[in-house]
Amino acid sequence: MAEAKATRLKNRPLSPHLQIYKPPLTMMMSIVHRITGGALFFGMLLLVWWLIAAAAGPNAYASVQWFMETVIGRLILFGYTWALIHHMLGGIKHLIWDLGYGFGPVEREWLTVATLIGSIGFTVLVWIVGYLVMGGLR
Amino acid sequence: MSEPARSMRTPLGRVRHLGSAHHGTRVFWHQRLTSVSNIVLSIAVIVIIIGLLGRNHAAVVQILGSTFVAITLLLFIVSSVYHMWLGMQVIIEDYVHDESWKLVVLMANTFFSVAVGLAAVFAILKLSFGL
Repeated sequence: MAEAKATRLKNRPLSPHLQIYKPPLTMMMSIVHRITGGALFFGMLLLVWWLIAAAAGPNAYASVQWFMETVIGRLILFGYTWALIHHMLGGIKHLIWDLGYGFGPVEREWLTVATLIGSIGFTVLVWIVGYLVMGGLR
Repeated sequence: MSEPARSMRTPLGRVRHLGSAHHGTRVFWHQRLTSVSNIVLSIAVIVIIIGLLGRNHAAVVQILGSTFVAITLLLFIVSSVYHMWLGMQVIIEDYVHDESWKLVVLMANTFFSVAVGLAAVFAILKLSFGL
């Protein structure tokens, strides 16, 4: 009797699990919000390094400037800019949700797409303005 | 969960010390409080940094040490370091399940945040007062 029950339990169909779902964009962006937050946590080191170098003197400041002008430095700064802006826009979306708005099937998708497109758009805009201030690419 | 109707405990008393950090809703609320201030302060800091691009060290020191820029930077550092400290605490509480490891990593989070925050504040004050 017990054996028959065990066999029957073993042959029962498994319930659908995580791998059969197409990840919803809202979930992916929620994960990205946490990842960018974690990145900004360590990115604060970069800001503090820059401030300390400026306070320490021209030589220390020149070495930070040198690093920021390398390809890796530029890539880190570009990523930092995007992470900051994306985390900010994602945060605004979460504040809207915290207030109880934007939970409808259309609004929540629209809001989430807006944070993604907005973060890329504003990041490129900030860098274009930055290069214009410096008087061209360098 | 519901208390007897004649309980002497106040609603605040019933929720105080709840949650994974046993701090009730304090972390949740302070996270949102600093998120709002971070919106304004981050935009201000982006504008300040764009204004510094292409300038030499002497000019950068003069601008960073000027009263309004220094106050903006100090507010940004305090608000964002507190925000990131709380945020990392939530991440640690979500993923580190071993109690003794959690204690160690939470301590490291606090030490890192305090050290980074104080270093930044010191640098800004030094730029302002030229010690």
